[in-house]
Amino acid sequence: MIEHTDEGAVVIVGSGAGGGTLAHELTRRGIKVVLLEAGKRESIASFSQDPNVAFGQLTWLDPRTQSGTWTVPRDFPTLPAWIAKSVGGTTVHWTGATPRNREWEVTARTSYGNVAGTSLIDWPISYQELKNYYQLAERRLGVTRRNGVPGMPASNNFKVMYAGAKKLGFKRVHTGYLAINPQPFDGRALCIQQGFCAQGCKTGAKWSTLYTEIPRAEATGNLDLRIQCMATRIEHGADGRANGVVYRDAQGKEQRQKARIVCVAGNALETPRLLLLSESAKYPHGLANSSDQVGRNYTHHIINFVWGIFDQPVHAWRGATLAGLIEDPQVNDPKRGFVGGYHFELCSLDLPTFPLVGIPYGWGRDFASVIDNFANIAGILVNGEDMPRADNRITLDPKVRDAYGLPVAHVHVDEHPNDLAMRKHATDWGAKLYEAIGAKRTLKGSHPPATHNMGTARMSKNPRDGVTNAWGQTHDIKNLFVSDGSQMSTPGSANPTLTIVALALRQAEYISREMTARNI
Amino acid sequence: MKPALILQRREFLQASGVLTGMLAVGSPLALLAPTRTWAVDLSTLTSAEGATLMAMARTIAPHDKLEDAAYALVVRGIDEQASKDDGLKKLMKDGAQGLGADFARAPEAQRVAALKKIEQSPFFQLTRVKTLQLLYSSPLAYKYFGYEGEAFSKGGYLYRGLNDLRWLPDVPLEDSGPMPTA
Repeated sequence: MIEHTDEGAVVIVGSGAGGGTLAHELTRRGIKVVLLEAGKRESIASFSQDPNVAFGQLTWLDPRTQSGTWTVPRDFPTLPAWIAKSVGGTTVHWTGATPRNREWEVTARTSYGNVAGTSLIDWPISYQELKNYYQLAERRLGVTRRNGVPGMPASNNFKVMYAGAKKLGFKRVHTGYLAINPQPFDGRALCIQQGFCAQGCKTGAKWSTLYTEIPRAEATGNLDLRIQCMATRIEHGADGRANGVVYRDAQGKEQRQKARIVCVAGNALETPRLLLLSESAKYPHGLANSSDQVGRNYTHHIINFVWGIFDQPVHAWRGATLAGLIEDPQVNDPKRGFVGGYHFELCSLDLPTFPLVGIPYGWGRDFASVIDNFANIAGILVNGEDMPRADNRITLDPKVRDAYGLPVAHVHVDEHPNDLAMRKHATDWGAKLYEAIGAKRTLKGSHPPATHNMGTARMSKNPRDGVTNAWGQTHDIKNLFVSDGSQMSTPGSANPTLTIVALALRQAEYISREMTARNI
Repeated sequence: MKPALILQRREFLQASGVLTGMLAVGSPLALLAPTRTWAVDLSTLTSAEGATLMAMARTIAPHDKLEDAAYALVVRGIDEQASKDDGLKKLMKDGAQGLGADFARAPEAQRVAALKKIEQSPFFQLTRVKTLQLLYSSPLAYKYFGYEGEAFSKGGYLYRGLNDLRWLPDVPLEDSGPMPTA
């Protein structure tokens, strides 16, 4: 228990991949941490295997609003992003996919050149350095096909993907890099291939800060985890430094925690929202926002389901949801008609979710004929790099308020022509993959609500281009950090969790060093 | 007359409407039922409104061999939600009345034409989403579509069909991984 008036603590907002990892790394170095988490604390025992119940149990369902030309506002008007509100954050419902971004992806501006209508920059970190932390993160998470960890066994759904990919001539096709145990590791059980990754893993085979980093942080005696505590404002002193966080506790009562350092890790929608909500006389446009970049450059990946319907059963729901990867399209080949790359990843959805998320439109005979074939449907997911744009951004909604009377996050996305070209290329090839092995029908499904949210408080070499430096430390306020996917300078095409963990491991070393040196 | 299978807890003392029907031969519900007749009491919707919404659900998601009880459960779900939400109640009652008393008995082509006209309305859009949410979540739907659902309680699919697909070649070990030994 850390006193509310203790001015020596690090306060971290959010307990997911970034915040949960950072909390463990700081506490094991002897640093006192208050970890504020808006959600409740579930457990392996409390996870539900009813998809509808699990969705309600884990998902951030507080209102958000949205606009723009992409299809999510049309298909999912009340849910721009599908992220968690729970201890462990989105690591509770993620699918464990942990590919790396490539070197040319973290020098996006240099690699892609001056693409009109984008706000591309290079990352202020060398790839060699990032790679070192990728390796650390992979060991920590026990990622398959790295460091001698075996790959996942092939599922039926993967067999279909593999056969089609080989027919098209793809070379690098395998069961993927996954933070899911193919054998017992680090006190966690092996994967029994039950599916239901997104409902919370009932065996703990999938890495989540909920049952790895957070209990270990608690065991140090240096962590004060406060659940159902929603941060509403970061306060600062006359010197401009952050000095506390105001939050609502589980009873809705306003509390105030003093802080030596504040780290924001609320996912790329809530992180900029909190910075913007913290406006003051000294910082009239919100904290760390002298560059006017807080909330801008929002990226979410080009995600698209592709479904293949076959004459024979697939039973795609059997096995780890995303255990399959095609790496070949992760290249920058502008001859394809767009810059940047993408992956294909294996994917399936349970029966209750498929009609609502997999093909969220249509009704009548044609729609029903697809569902009639549910057992015969194979699935893949496109995961590609989207272009950052200054006006694709998170703002405070002028009208809609949350339960505490605070403006909710508004998400605006207009897809760039590069995004549209990549989506078409990827979904065309996805359909070809299934046609090559005799699918009787292929369907390009939806872009689901964003599960990968990035870039809204990004790292930049030049303070004018972003919000933080190469350590996630805000350019404006030295003891205020961004510790989640918001800090990613560009999205790359890799699922972001591994990168978020790598950056958190690196940031923890920096914070600890700077605290010891009394620089912060 | 033998008692019907009541497809809900009877929380409501006064029903405003009722839907009735017969279970299909081999229905998963037949195991629970004293007879093949079933009944769904409605607390908010009238019998006529319930019949209209049931026909609407079948028009939105027409699975010919999926028994009526599955669609009745959709109406039960909407009725329960409407009993706690006046806005939803009004939307559903007005919408059902707008479709008219003949909708439930009309041939499919006419039902489709009637729904096409209101496709953009909040009533249709909400009913579509609620139909899909409720219809495909029921044990009847799981069985009908061959969906096996949760497998944690059975030890997962690791040794129960994870890779039993035989119409395509197996994946080489170097691109997948070993099966753990049991």
